[in-house]
Amino acid sequence: MTVEGTHLGMPLSIDELDAENLAFFRYCAEGEFRLQRGRESGLLRYPPSTACPWTRDRTHDWVPVDGRGTVHTYTEVHHAIQPAFRTFTPYLVLVVDLDTQKGEPTEHEALRVVGNLVTPDGELAPPEMVEQVGIGTRVRMVFVPAGDGIALPQWTIDTDGEQPAEVWRYPG
Amino acid sequence: MTTTDLDATTPAFLRNDYAIVGVGETTYRRGSEQTTRNLATWAVNNAIDDAGLEAADLDGMLSYSGNDSTFSPLVAGDLGIRLDFYMDVFGGGSSTEALIGIAIGVIEAGMCRTVAIFRSMNGYSQVRIGGTGRRAAAPISGEALHTRAYGWQSAGQSFAPTFMRHMYDYGTTPEQVAAVKVAHSKHASNNPKAYYRERVTVEDVVNSRMICKPLHLLDCCVETDNATCLIVTRAERARDLRPRPALIRSVVGRCSKPRVDMHYQHGPVSTVAGHYAKDILWPNAGVGPDEIDVTGSYDAFTFTTMLQLEDYGFCAKGEGGEYVSSGIIELGGARPNNTSGGHLCEGYTHGMNMVIENVRQLRGEADDSCPVGPDGRPRHTYDYAEGGCRQVRDVELTANLGWANPATASALVMERGDR
Repeated sequence: MTVEGTHLGMPLSIDELDAENLAFFRYCAEGEFRLQRGRESGLLRYPPSTACPWTRDRTHDWVPVDGRGTVHTYTEVHHAIQPAFRTFTPYLVLVVDLDTQKGEPTEHEALRVVGNLVTPDGELAPPEMVEQVGIGTRVRMVFVPAGDGIALPQWTIDTDGEQPAEVWRYPG
Repeated sequence: MTTTDLDATTPAFLRNDYAIVGVGETTYRRGSEQTTRNLATWAVNNAIDDAGLEAADLDGMLSYSGNDSTFSPLVAGDLGIRLDFYMDVFGGGSSTEALIGIAIGVIEAGMCRTVAIFRSMNGYSQVRIGGTGRRAAAPISGEALHTRAYGWQSAGQSFAPTFMRHMYDYGTTPEQVAAVKVAHSKHASNNPKAYYRERVTVEDVVNSRMICKPLHLLDCCVETDNATCLIVTRAERARDLRPRPALIRSVVGRCSKPRVDMHYQHGPVSTVAGHYAKDILWPNAGVGPDEIDVTGSYDAFTFTTMLQLEDYGFCAKGEGGEYVSSGIIELGGARPNNTSGGHLCEGYTHGMNMVIENVRQLRGEADDSCPVGPDGRPRHTYDYAEGGCRQVRDVELTANLGWANPATASALVMERGDR
């Protein structure tokens, strides 16, 4: 069945045939981050897809994955394109290296999971929080409910773990 | 990389067997006040005239679009062209060079003899390239749940993490990269048809308002309404036509990084598809970057130009910032880039205007403000001061580096043919 949701007032929908996204977002709605693990390769992949990019294997299991990682790169958006984001500028789009499977199966590969910087409650981060985050920041995942069977994975600063002495931010 | 580094056993494929023999475009405007069908007809007509052909000489047509164009049968019908082959494909930047390769393939297969390739778009007044308007409001589903739902939609927003990581990995500065806009604005000031002809400084760029880090407003290209066209045929046929042919030495079409579904999965993130494309482009061309006189590195953004010049080997990896801020890429420098002003200044046509410009450079016919002789050909002064010349002296080889996104690239090496 098609899943409908809303996020910041934007309509979201997952087609009834889109089995991979239905599963991914249903787990998120249940507060769990799960990724597909190819049965042949034993490797996790992101985002959801229809085959293993290392072995072409079309079989997989949905495996719980620790939602912790390090900001690999990011952008800070000052000019929002979508009307829903205009009241939240500047906002961050983070590309996060998960701790799990980092540098595997080859050196430059990682599970790089996209999300915004949010507060621990899932609100888009205020400017004073945006200013703290850069390449190297340790983050943990939170889920923002968007309807029945759908929540969006987002990132917040990991205050439990250790943070690096300094992070790299765009100058100025 | 120089010729001596290249593997001489590499097959030359169809090197110099094909040529671009006609180029044409409409005026670059914001608010064309006409349909994309009319724009396309205008540009194709200009290219046919430029080549000195008749409608009956064309029997193939290709176009590309992002659902914002018109279709080959309509344009061909309007112009009275009967087609033996046509195809309208989905795609934006990097399609130009890819379709030149496809045109060569279909002619080689005996499917037709002469192909017009066009791009027509109201990229400002209808389907905005920046993604605002209708496209920003569409419901979010499928793959876009992992991108647009995060306010990660426009080209600038999507590419910015690559650009930021390059700054992090190599110490590239905003000021270095701003030099791309400075250079292209100088070139545009000598291009009467450019949409933005005003020269800007590095300070102008880095002080313009932030769009999404590291991109300021002036790091981003213009949105315009226009159509462009070029005509491909066999080189032997080209010799009978009016213009000096631009011979095609090598072409690469939509060469990709791994995991092109979401390329950030496979790093290095600060490396772009040109890293892979160069290994097809240079061996097939039989020349290397050192021998190229003029480049046409795509400039959707200043960073795009820099990253591609670097990954195609015009400088060492990580030295793109130094390369583009050294003066090399300016008219009067060793290897000018986008001498028309490119997408940053002339107008936005998803790469085709940069190929058109290099065809004109190879012909010695850059349409600048130099006086025109009684034969109708410009008398170039080679004075690159504002409002002056933009023809580069004695251009023999050009390279176009097309870009769809950090993970997909096309490229083209052209050589000046005999008249």
